[in-house]
Amino acid sequence: MAPFNLAPLAGSFGYFAIFLLLGFAFGVVLELSGFGDSRRLAAQFYLRDMTVLKVMFTGIAVAAVLIHLASAFQLLDMSRVWINPTYLVPGIVGGLIMGVGFIVGGFCPGTSLVAAATLKLDGVMFVLGGLFGALMFGETVAGFDAWWHSSSMGRFTISDWLGIPTGVAVLLVVLMAIGAFVAGELAEKRFGGSLTSADTDPARETSLSVGRPSLAGVRGLLMAGSVAALAVVVVLKGQPSVADRWHWIAPRADSLVTGRAIFVDPAEIVALRRDLTLSVHILEVRSEADYNLFHLAGSKRISLADTQDPRVVRELLAASDNTILFLASNGEQAATEAWRRLEAQGVFNVYVAEGGINHWLDVYPPFPGVAERVASPAGGGSEDALAWRFGIAVGERCASSHPDIARQEPLPDAGFAASGAPGATAWFDGTNALPRPFTKRVKLQRKVTAKGGCG
Amino acid sequence: MPSPSRRAAAYINPYLGGALLGVVLFLSFYVTGNGLGASAAINRVQVGILSVFDHAHVDRIAYMSDLGGGDRRPLVDPSVYMLLGTLLGGLVSGLLNGRVRAETRRGPRVSVAARWALAFVGGALMMYGARMARGCTSGQALSGGAVLSVGSFAFMFAIFASAYLLALPLRRLWN
Repeated sequence: MAPFNLAPLAGSFGYFAIFLLLGFAFGVVLELSGFGDSRRLAAQFYLRDMTVLKVMFTGIAVAAVLIHLASAFQLLDMSRVWINPTYLVPGIVGGLIMGVGFIVGGFCPGTSLVAAATLKLDGVMFVLGGLFGALMFGETVAGFDAWWHSSSMGRFTISDWLGIPTGVAVLLVVLMAIGAFVAGELAEKRFGGSLTSADTDPARETSLSVGRPSLAGVRGLLMAGSVAALAVVVVLKGQPSVADRWHWIAPRADSLVTGRAIFVDPAEIVALRRDLTLSVHILEVRSEADYNLFHLAGSKRISLADTQDPRVVRELLAASDNTILFLASNGEQAATEAWRRLEAQGVFNVYVAEGGINHWLDVYPPFPGVAERVASPAGGGSEDALAWRFGIAVGERCASSHPDIARQEPLPDAGFAASGAPGATAWFDGTNALPRPFTKRVKLQRKVTAKGGCG
Repeated sequence: MPSPSRRAAAYINPYLGGALLGVVLFLSFYVTGNGLGASAAINRVQVGILSVFDHAHVDRIAYMSDLGGGDRRPLVDPSVYMLLGTLLGGLVSGLLNGRVRAETRRGPRVSVAARWALAFVGGALMMYGARMARGCTSGQALSGGAVLSVGSFAFMFAIFASAYLLALPLRRLWN
C-alpha cells in the first residue's frame, strides 16, 4: 500500500529519478500558471490578479480531496504520510517574515526557481538572496533555539483541532477555498485591469482570466462542484478504522507472532534500558490490581481500549526515532493483542515482553518473603493471569522491578554481616542472575517519512 | 518596452493550473509519503557552497552540521533532486511556451538595479522566514495544507496577513 517504502531504493538512480520527475512536474505547473512573473505574484496583494490565491487554494483543495479519497478507499496509509508538525509560534512569526519577503521580493522560494530557470534576472537575484537568507538563519538560529522549538504540537490536523471527522475537515477546506475564489473573482472585477500589464507582458493579453466570464464561470462552477462532491464522498466513506488497518497488516503480523520475532527476552529489555542513546518505554496491559502488586519501574499501565484512543496513539506516533516500546501483560495474550492494534496504527518499534510479567519474575525472582510462584493462579488458569502471589503490593519497590539500575558488581563487603553463603541468594537482589544469554530480537527501525520535502 | 520577437503563449487558467498542481502534489504524497518543497533544498545548496569554502564552519554550527557536517554530503538528498527537477521543469515549460528570455520583471517605477536589490533582500527575508517556519509556501503551506496540518494553515494566513498589510505602504514597488 502507498506510500511506497522507498528506503531500499535510497541512493540509487531510480530513487532520485522519482524526485526529479516530481520536481519537474512541479516546475512545469508553476511555470504554466505564470508563477515565473514577479508582477503577477505581487498583483495578488493589490487585488488585481488573484492567480496566486486561485492556484494555491485549488491545489490544496484538490490534493486534500485526492489524498483523503485514496485513504478512504484504503489505497494510501495516512499513518505513514508526513504531516508537517505544528510549531505554532515560530511558524506564524516565520510566515510574517515571509510575507515581508514576498511583497518586497515578489516571489516565494519555489516560484523564484521557476523564474530563474526562465532567465528572469529578478528571479536569479531572489534565489541568490535566498541562499544568503539560509546562511543567515544557520548563523543565528543557535541564539533562539529554545524558542524555535517552542509551541510544538506535533502532528496536529484540523480534524484533531476541531474534533471533527477527517472527511468533514476536507469538505471545510474545499468550501473555504470556494469562498476564497468567489471573493477573489469579485476583487478582480473591482480592482483588476486598473493597471494592466498587458503592454509589457504579451502573455497577459490572452490570459483566460479576462474575457468570456460566462463560459469560464460555468466551467469553474462545474469544477468546484465536482471537487466538493468528491469531498462529500470522503465524508460519507469515512477514514479506515483500526479494524480495517488490522486486515492490511494481518498476514505480516501473524508471521511475526508465530515466528516469535516480536517477543523480547527480559534480559534484552534490561540491556536496552541501560542504553542511554535509546528511549525505552514499557506499557503494561494489566489490571490495576495486578499492576499495584508489582510492575516494572517507570512503566505505565494502559488498557486494551487505550490502544485505540486517538490521543494515546498520536503521542506514540510522535515518539522520537530512538524510541522502543515494550508491551507487557501477565502472560503474553493481552500484550500481543495490544501489539497488533498499535502495529495496525503504524506505531514504530513495538515489541512484547516474552512470557510477560510472570516470566520476568522467573528471570528476576523477588525476595521469597515478598512473593511466591503459584501453580494455579487466582485468575482461573488463563494464560494471562498473574502466576505470582504477593503478600503485599510492592509496586516497583522491589529489585525485580528495575534490574537495569541494580548493581552489576557486588558491593564491597563492609563487614556488617557475615560474608559468604552466596548460594543462599535464590532471589534477585541486583547482584545475581546477570548477565543472562538471550537472542537479540529488537531491530530499531527508522521512520520512513522522516522529514518533509521542505522541512 | 520593445516588442518581443516571438509571441509567448498564454498562461493557463489559474484553476486549471491549481488542479494540475493538486494532482502533482497528490502523486508526491502517494508515491513518497511527502509533499513538494523548495526551501530545504535551497538550504542544502547553501550549506554545500559554504562547505567548499569553509567546511570547518559548517561543522561548528549545529544547524548546518545536521545537513553537511563531517562526511555528510548535503547535496545527496531527494529534496535537491526535486529542486533540480523544478528548475528543469520551469525551463522546459518556458522554452515550449516561448517565455525564456533574459529580462527583469519589475514595477513601472522601479529601476532594474533597484529591482535586483529588492529581489535579493526579499529572497533573504523569505528564506530566513522559511527556515524559521520549517518550510516555505510549497513545503509548509501547500503540502501541509493538503494534509490538513493546523500549523500550515496558521503559517499561510500569517504570510498573507503581513504581505497584505505591507502592500499599501510599498505600493510604489509594484504600481
